[in-house]
Amino acid sequence: MTQKTPLYDAHVKLGARMVPFAGWDMPVQYAGVMAEHDAVRTNAGIFDVSHMGEFEFSGPDALACLQWLTPNDVAKLAVGHGQYSLLCNEKGGVVDDIIIYRLEDTRYLMVVNAANIEKDWKWVQTHQKGNAKVTNRSAEFALLAVQGPKAMGIVQKIASTDLSNLSRFACTWSKLNGAGECLIARTGYTGEDGCEIFVAPDKATGLWNALLDAGKPDGLVPAGLGARDTLRVEMKYPLYGHELTDSTNPIAAGLSWVVKLGKPDDFIGRAPIQKVKDAGREIALVGFEMIDKGIPRDAYAIVSNKKIIGAVTSGTMSPTLKRAIGIGYVPVAFAEVGSKFSIDIRGSERVAHVVSTPFIKK
Amino acid sequence: MNFPDDLKYTKEHEWVRMDANIATIGITDYAQHSLGDIVYLELPGEGEVFSKGDTVGVVESVKAVSDIYTPMSGEVSDVNDPLKETPETLNEDCYNEGWLYRLQVNAIEEYDELMDHTAYAAFVKEEQP
Repeated sequence: MTQKTPLYDAHVKLGARMVPFAGWDMPVQYAGVMAEHDAVRTNAGIFDVSHMGEFEFSGPDALACLQWLTPNDVAKLAVGHGQYSLLCNEKGGVVDDIIIYRLEDTRYLMVVNAANIEKDWKWVQTHQKGNAKVTNRSAEFALLAVQGPKAMGIVQKIASTDLSNLSRFACTWSKLNGAGECLIARTGYTGEDGCEIFVAPDKATGLWNALLDAGKPDGLVPAGLGARDTLRVEMKYPLYGHELTDSTNPIAAGLSWVVKLGKPDDFIGRAPIQKVKDAGREIALVGFEMIDKGIPRDAYAIVSNKKIIGAVTSGTMSPTLKRAIGIGYVPVAFAEVGSKFSIDIRGSERVAHVVSTPFIKK
Repeated sequence: MNFPDDLKYTKEHEWVRMDANIATIGITDYAQHSLGDIVYLELPGEGEVFSKGDTVGVVESVKAVSDIYTPMSGEVSDVNDPLKETPETLNEDCYNEGWLYRLQVNAIEEYDELMDHTAYAAFVKEEQP
């Protein structure tokens, strides 16, 4: 039985193709992935990401608890700001990738992936420490992402407060037309400017329609999970279940910038991550472009000299570049820009080379 | 959805247009619509010989990979190679400009086993969620 977001009817009305995703019935596309992708890169798109989960941490030890649960330095997080981070397990593997917002002095909101809500909730409950109260508020928020060069201008049209000073990864409360007080965070998963809006579920459809109306002259379109994926692949943003898994070491994944080994607090997974950092990673997550024809796809083997050396984690035809691109893990000896290897595409070896990422220059 | 009445169809969503002993083959309106934006194609080579049901190529959209199964047996006599450079044509005109390849068929009776447009329309209706 799949769950429906509060916007389900709105999607169907817009002619969306609904698909099951992480236990949810989600729109994969409306007009088409390419058109939606282009709209986000040139104007703006609006995504329903209400399937994502939200946990609240509060109480005197909320900070200490988050310092223990996550490898980034939450002590550096000011009120009204967000931080990309991870939940790691004892082996240093990734339980999930998350964003933590500090809403008040001792009140934080952790946003987790839809596919991992139950796993993360169990994890957090069994690993929290100190005098911190953790609440699963996932059902209390719908989440809309407005992304694209014109996104902030569109949201501003229906906002009661000036959003121009909202810096990247900052968050603020603002009253939006027809939706009341919403939490607006200048974050996203597309590589474009924009924001994510946390709204009460019963106000979500009103907000969705208000944004579509306000954004119509600017070319705002509803965009589905298909475009969300091609947009994030072009930025080489990791997607849990593809680039990140319970056995991924964050250093191999290129997330050493998230792991603050210098922070004074201990955190789950510190020792094994430190070990990889000290010894040097054996494999690395790279972005590559096909030289031969063919599109790399998740789980295709990466081959060199007839030997499997790695695996593709994501791949697509880049709608922006019109070239086939992919992300995958290879031994560090193959991780330099320009390194060549082959992708086993349905039994035929096709040459690819490592390129600098993000694939598109922003 | 458009299923012309002068074509025959397969459960794998290919169409066949018969002209003497030459079969022109493509994918149906339902197939292109289900796939979404088509961005990549692999087609058979001229002179290759296939039996009915063989995988002869692949159609890829942004999100999905789909094999092309030949609905009839025979030797490839012509290939729509320019289509590889403009695969989006398949979304726009799958029955004319978007033909994939032609076969010199060696078992004409296979044609009779294919679905006509009404049977195919009924089949698609059942397959849709």
